[in-house]
Amino acid sequence: MRQLNRILEGFGSTILLLFRSIGYLPTLPRQFGRFIEQCYLIGYTTLPIVAILSFFIGSVLALQAGYSMENFGAKQFIGSLVGLSMARELGPVMVAILLAGRVGSAITAELASMKVYQEIDALMTMNIPPARMLVMPRLAATVVMMPVLAIIANLVGWFGGAIVSKYTTFISIDPPAYFAALRRFMEFEDVLNGLIKAEVFGFAIVLVCCNIGLNTRGGPREIGASVTRAVVTSLILILVLDYFVTKALM
Amino acid sequence: MPIAADVTRNPFTQIESPAVGVTVEHLSKSFGTFEVLKDVSFAVKPGEIFVLMGPSGSGKSVLLKHIVGLELPTSGKVTVDRRDATEEATREHVRMALVFQAGALFNSMTVYDNLALYPREHRIGTEAEIKEKVMHALQILSLENAAQKFPSDLSGGMKKRVAIARALVMEPQLMLYDEPTSELDPVMGATISEIIATLKDEYHVTSIVVSHDRDLALAIADRVGILMGGKLVFLGTPAELQAPKDPRIADFLNPKIDLKNPRFKQLET
Repeated sequence: MRQLNRILEGFGSTILLLFRSIGYLPTLPRQFGRFIEQCYLIGYTTLPIVAILSFFIGSVLALQAGYSMENFGAKQFIGSLVGLSMARELGPVMVAILLAGRVGSAITAELASMKVYQEIDALMTMNIPPARMLVMPRLAATVVMMPVLAIIANLVGWFGGAIVSKYTTFISIDPPAYFAALRRFMEFEDVLNGLIKAEVFGFAIVLVCCNIGLNTRGGPREIGASVTRAVVTSLILILVLDYFVTKALM
Repeated sequence: MPIAADVTRNPFTQIESPAVGVTVEHLSKSFGTFEVLKDVSFAVKPGEIFVLMGPSGSGKSVLLKHIVGLELPTSGKVTVDRRDATEEATREHVRMALVFQAGALFNSMTVYDNLALYPREHRIGTEAEIKEKVMHALQILSLENAAQKFPSDLSGGMKKRVAIARALVMEPQLMLYDEPTSELDPVMGATISEIIATLKDEYHVTSIVVSHDRDLALAIADRVGILMGGKLVFLGTPAELQAPKDPRIADFLNPKIDLKNPRFKQLET
């Protein structure tokens, strides 16, 4: 019962924080510096790890597809399989998981420290709402950067699949044939669906991580517990939202 | 220039505005089943220094948070300048600043940016005007050389002074201090007490100080309140405090170290 109360309380405070933050959207132009800083942290610093992981996910997909499809002579469709899998599912989910682990945890740790060491209280006594200064610029930056990261993940993943398809002896498909297959079965809508997913995941992760950080009470141990809770909640949220968003977009 | 009793003078613009008073009426606060404040009532007059004393855990800091609107009462009411302290509009109408026990400085910002945050966020003046105000506040607290330092580079005493300077930039009509002299050496403690008294004398800022420091209370307070177990057990002048009738207050102000019958042993039973 207590656990249920806590979950409902967390849900309620997250929704409140969402409305408060959206209400402060008109202040974005005068917080442009903070917005750019968050774009840099959320987008630019996450880019290398997104590129490395998506390259290998694309490569493994091509390898597994080549190994399975060789048996029934469908190797020429590897490009389509890698392309669709990356664009519709793996690209956005992987970027979201990285965002939760890398950015979400950092956001929770920072805001939880500010709460524990009374910096949030200090902001409130200065009549500076934390939702305006700390949450809204992060949400806005996530909305801008998530599609960018997802597109880069898709492109690098497709490229990784192409390289593996060319240089693996039992596959040996040239890049032009690989990309022709990729284009043949994939539509703009597939990519768009993936970008919408990435957007929804990113927004939910940053909102939840901010809320958990801002509601931390206690000391250093509670900061660590909040970070763990934020990452675990984000990961669960990604998978739950993935099902519902996929169903809604079908 | 002398200042009238019922006005506060802005330290930057020298403009005078009515000083604000605080009223606490039958305030009670519980966290779960634990009652921290029990029917506390008192009033702080405009422009006075009111020192709130009491043992650790008696509810002093919680009371301070009620005045600034960070906590909601379980029952009772707190008004600042005759406005409900829980309402956001009160914080917009009355400029009040809280100096936190640990400073609560923004660790990711320099001292200068810590002070400039309030005017920047509320768009009070141009960047040049903000700079002038921040440097003036730093100068009042003898901190000019610390402007570009980060809070992690400062000593405990400097952090407290920066926190006071940051509060000063808000041009407050009401200053609240939470344990301003704790964790400081006696000389630095005296310096902070002098700063609080100077702000009152020169600018007539209404001040509420939560402290354990008996010397501070006797030296700078206009009136003193003592909280014990969540109840206000004393309200009077520093002179009245020097001859308390209540033995608990006498023991709190002048504790005798008794090695033969130590207090912690009495607490065990």
